Amino acid sequence: MFTAIFGSVEQGFIYALMALGVYLTFRVLDFPDLTVDGSFVTGAGTAAAMIVLGYHPAIATLVAIIAGFLAGCMTGLLHTKGKINPLLSGILMMIALYSINLRIMGFTIENSVGRPNIPLMNEGTIFSQFFSWWGNLGIDEVINGFFTSMGVQYVPKTWGTVVIVAILIIIIKLIFDWFLKTEVGLAIRATGDNKKMIRSFSANTDTLVILGLGLSNALVAFSGALIAQYTKAADIGLGIGMIVIGLASVIIGEAIFGTKTIVRTTLAVIVGAIIYRIVLALALRVEFLDAGDMKLITAFIVIVALILPQFFEKRREKGRKAKRHALRESEVLALNKSKESENLA
Amino acid sequence: MLKLNDINKIFNEGTADEKIALDRINLELNIGDFVTVIGSNGAGKSTMLNMVSGALSPDFGQILINGNDVTKLPEFKRSKFIGRVFQDPMSGTAPTMTIEENLAIAYSRNKKRSLRVGVDKQRKEFFLHSLESLHLNLENRLTAKVGLLSGGERQALSLLMATFTQPSILLLDEHTAALDPSRAELITNLTERLVKKDNLTTLMVTHNMQQALDLGNRLIMMDKGQIILEVGEEEKKDLTIEKLMEEFQRIRGQKLTSDRTLLSS
Repeated sequence: MFTAIFGSVEQGFIYALMALGVYLTFRVLDFPDLTVDGSFVTGAGTAAAMIVLGYHPAIATLVAIIAGFLAGCMTGLLHTKGKINPLLSGILMMIALYSINLRIMGFTIENSVGRPNIPLMNEGTIFSQFFSWWGNLGIDEVINGFFTSMGVQYVPKTWGTVVIVAILIIIIKLIFDWFLKTEVGLAIRATGDNKKMIRSFSANTDTLVILGLGLSNALVAFSGALIAQYTKAADIGLGIGMIVIGLASVIIGEAIFGTKTIVRTTLAVIVGAIIYRIVLALALRVEFLDAGDMKLITAFIVIVALILPQFFEKRREKGRKAKRHALRESEVLALNKSKESENLA
Repeated sequence: MLKLNDINKIFNEGTADEKIALDRINLELNIGDFVTVIGSNGAGKSTMLNMVSGALSPDFGQILINGNDVTKLPEFKRSKFIGRVFQDPMSGTAPTMTIEENLAIAYSRNKKRSLRVGVDKQRKEFFLHSLESLHLNLENRLTAKVGLLSGGERQALSLLMATFTQPSILLLDEHTAALDPSRAELITNLTERLVKKDNLTTLMVTHNMQQALDLGNRLIMMDKGQIILEVGEEEKKDLTIEKLMEEFQRIRGQKLTSDRTLLSS
C-alpha cells in the first residue's frame, strides 16, 4: 500500500510537468491542444534513443525537450498560418508524430526504419546518475531507519527519486509562474483571453500562439523523457490518452484549490497530477480491475472531477434556499400570531 | 499625421450582397486634430476606422501615418502607434487578468516585449498615478480582475490604456454607445480630458450627434461610403443638430433616415 502510493507520488511529480503543459494550452491559451499524445512519446522516444546511442542522459533529455518544442510549434503553424481549426491542428500533428516517433526510435537499430519500443534496462539514466551520488550520502538509511523504528514495515528503496523530481518540479513551477508575469507571458495570457485586445496593443497573436504551444509541448516532452528514464522503457503507446490525464490533473487541482492566482493554480495542477496518480493506484488495487482498465478508470476520474463540483454547488444552493424558505415561513408564522393576538385584543 | 488617399472597399464583390463600403475616401488629419465622424448605419464609419487600424485592408488607396505608407502593415504592427477603444466594453481589456496586468500590456505597446516582469515597482507607481486621474477609485483595486469591473469602469480603463502611451493616432469606435447615459457622459468627459492632455490626434465615430458637436475641432458626415460633409474648426463652433440635418437633406435630397441617429440626438 505505502509503496504503491509512494510510487504514485514519484510519478505524479513527473507527470505534473506534462499537466503544466496542458494547463498552458487549455487554460492560459484557451487552445485545446491534442498534440500532447504525440509529443509525450516524442520526448520519451528521443531521450531513450539517444541514451541507447550513447549520449549523456542529460543531453538526451535536453534534445527531447527541444523536439517537443518543435512539435508544438508545428501545431501552432498549422493553426495560425494554415488557418486550421485548433482541435484538428492538434489531431493532425498527433497522428503525424506517431510515425515520426517510430522513426526516431528506429534510429537505434541498423536494419530497420521504425521501432515501437526501446528498453533502457541496462542503460544509465538521469536517475541512475543521480543515485550514484545520492547513495553515498546515506540519507536513505537515516530516513528508513527512522521509519522502521516507528514501526513502519514497508519502506521505499530510495527517497532519492522523490527528492529529485520534487526539486525539479518546484524549480519548473517557479520559472513557469515567473514567465507568465513577464511582458511576453502577459501577452500570451491576453492572447488566450482576448485576441482583439492584445492585437490592438501591438502583439503578434500568431507568434504568441506558436510560442505558447511550443513551450507547452516542450514541458510535455520533458515529462515523457523523464517517464521513459523512470520506467526504463520508451513505448509508442505511451502517449495514448495523455491529454485526458493532463486535463484530469488540471481539473482535479482546480476543483480543490481554485484558480484565484497563477501561482495558486500552477500549484493546484501539480497536486492534481499527484492526486490523479494516487487515485489510479488505489483503483488498480481493487480486485476485479486490471491494468488494461487504466484508460477506463482515467475517463471515469475525469468525469467525476467534472461533475462533482456541479453536484456540490447544486446541493449548496438547495440548502441555502431551504434555509431562506424556513426563515420566511417562521416570519409569516410570527406575523400571523401577532395579528391573531391583535384581533383578540 | 494621418492621411487617407482614395480609399476604396467593396464587400462581397460579385455577389448579390455586394456593398460599396468605402467609395474613394480622402481625409487628412493634422497633429492635434480631433475629428468626429457621424452618419447613418452602414455609412462606412466603422469600416473607415478599421482601415486605419489595419483590421481591414483597402481594395486600393493609400494610408499614411506620419508620412509613412502603412497600407501593407499588419494590424499588430500598426497598433504600435495607434490607440483604439471599441464599442463593446468587453473588447478592450483582458477579463481574467488584473487591472495592473492589463495596464502592463498596454504599457509595452510601443516597446519590444521582453522577459522583463510586466508589473514592477516603478511601473506600479506609474499605473497608480494614471488610474488616479480617472477618479473611479480603481487605483485601490490594482490586483482586481478586470472581469469584475462594470462596463463603464472597463471602458474608462480601456480609454486610459489606449492613451497613456501617447499614440500618434487615437481611434474611438462608438465607445460610449453601449453605456447608460450617465456612464456615457463620464466616458465622454474623460475622453475630452485625456485627448486634450496629450494633444492626441483623434478620430471618433459616434451615433450621438450632440456628442459629435460637443467634442473635437472638426466633424465629418458620411453616407453610403462617402464623406459628404466636412466641417472645419470655425464652422463647427456654431453648428447645431438642426443645421446638420438640413445640410444632409440639402446634399442628399432626402431626410436622414436612421431612427437611431435622430433619437440619440
